[in-house]
Amino acid sequence: MRAEPKRWESPSVRRLRKAGSYTILTVLAVVVLFPIYITVVNSLLRPVDIASRPPTFFPTHPHWSSYADAWNGGHMAKYLLNSFIVTIAITAGQVVTAIFAGYAFAFLEFPFKRTLFVVFLATLMVPFEVTVVTNLDTVNALGWYDTYQGLAVPFLATGFGAFLVRQAFLQVPRDLSDAAALDGYGHWRFMIRVAVPLARPAIAALTVFGFLGAWNQYLWPLLATKDDRLRTVQIGLKQLRATSLDAVNVTFAGAVIAVIPIAIILLLFQKHLVRGLTAGAVKG
Amino acid sequence: MVTNSRAQRRRREASLGYLLLLPAVTVFAVFIFYPFLRNFQLGFYLNPPFPNLPKRWVGFDQYRDILGSDSFVDSLKTTIAFAFLTVPAGIALGMALAVAANRKLKGIGIYRTIFSSTVATSVAVAAVIFSMLFNPIVGLLPWLGVNPTPPIIENPDLALGAVALVTVWQTLGLTFILLSAGLQAIPEDLYEAAALDGAGATTRFWRVTLPMLSPTLFFAVVIGSIHAFQSFGQIDIITNGGPFKRTNVLTYSIYSELTTANHAANPGKAAVLAIALFVITLGLTLIQMRVLERRVHYAR
Repeated sequence: MRAEPKRWESPSVRRLRKAGSYTILTVLAVVVLFPIYITVVNSLLRPVDIASRPPTFFPTHPHWSSYADAWNGGHMAKYLLNSFIVTIAITAGQVVTAIFAGYAFAFLEFPFKRTLFVVFLATLMVPFEVTVVTNLDTVNALGWYDTYQGLAVPFLATGFGAFLVRQAFLQVPRDLSDAAALDGYGHWRFMIRVAVPLARPAIAALTVFGFLGAWNQYLWPLLATKDDRLRTVQIGLKQLRATSLDAVNVTFAGAVIAVIPIAIILLLFQKHLVRGLTAGAVKG
Repeated sequence: MVTNSRAQRRRREASLGYLLLLPAVTVFAVFIFYPFLRNFQLGFYLNPPFPNLPKRWVGFDQYRDILGSDSFVDSLKTTIAFAFLTVPAGIALGMALAVAANRKLKGIGIYRTIFSSTVATSVAVAAVIFSMLFNPIVGLLPWLGVNPTPPIIENPDLALGAVALVTVWQTLGLTFILLSAGLQAIPEDLYEAAALDGAGATTRFWRVTLPMLSPTLFFAVVIGSIHAFQSFGQIDIITNGGPFKRTNVLTYSIYSELTTANHAANPGKAAVLAIALFVITLGLTLIQMRVLERRVHYAR
């Protein structure tokens, strides 16, 4: 937090300054929040009222039916389930492969270790968009088009995750691994009982980060599925919008439904997200 | 005997190491390195205009034709314009939020949560919401007097700006979190020292905050640019690359060559475009690494 200037201020000046701060903050908050607020309001209005002018900003008679329509008729229930399945599979895969690889790079010695580490870092240079042409062929050849595997498997490992966990494992004191070896701990037991618990902050950051990324994916689920039963929330939402303006409240309700799960997760794990985001940015 | 068992142990350790790397390496090999390299090969073949005809080896001709074509140059210009519309505005706004929230006030936590709230939205959610708000019948912008003909998202002069606005809003939460963390890492005594020297709030911002924040700002610029060059969802949802290809950014043009809605899929062309996208991203990453390296050097 910034220190207030250490000059003498009369109480009234200080009060004025404070009021000014709150005014600025509140104006900014209204601007940032407005699109979300109006989405919630519109989801509770009938389409006729959404189109009427002046617009309604406070729904006095909320119509909740749009949520049922989005959930059932709009298939949001199915899309949400698909998103959860794919996202959990991707997140779990990313965490496990990152722990394995991070452990190998931090605690084990083997030929070509440095080369392999560079290979892991090199994956960070290739945006996924660059690989879609062939990945589509690969997924087709494997018979994975329109399947959960096709949506999840290409993302089960990331160079970022391996790097993050390796860095955390390198902080584990050497004495601990020596002591564990004396106690007859094998590598697997040491990894699960000692290293992973000590690297929990990094692993938590990776989990939140992976979850968010997987949940928000758009290009790949659009390319790799056609069957409505396999569509994820993001693509489902696009389809919900494509319906006519008579059901515009349902589209707004769909948007709210798509945001709720991730909003809950973020509120619970905000701290970890910040750590994951700033891992590369803010340092010394 | 001792050396023998040590060699054995070393061999066991090595095989465990390879075993642990195997899952990640398999994913990387199949879904990153192989497709990356195959792009170059695909680029050598010209795909026929109709499916089921053989493709033809044309070597570097296809690279030259595509990368020199007006449609590629236009797409590249659009992508660069999009980056210029989104990155500076996004960082300026994120900075404003971060500075405003960087005070000791009662209830500041609520404001911080609100400022980071757009993290909960995805590109698709933001695009769907805003495309409704832009709509001339149900939208609010027309009611506010912003009602051009043709409507915003069908308007060749405004569509890219509209998509950029959506992007700035959607990424605002991330930018805010990133810059806030940077601001909080600035030692307080620097401000105190500056205040003692008689520096006012404005001077402190330009002389203390900005220089100290420059590494974070730089990181935000690079990440923002890379993101801008990979933007896809908002364009697919709001404009479909139109009107008149005015929002046909690079990633959208790759996608268009892969979907068979209007014509036969053209993987050869998509591959060449993907290589171009890779080269641009690589350039941005290398610039980032160069500058970061220099910063670390100076700090010593």
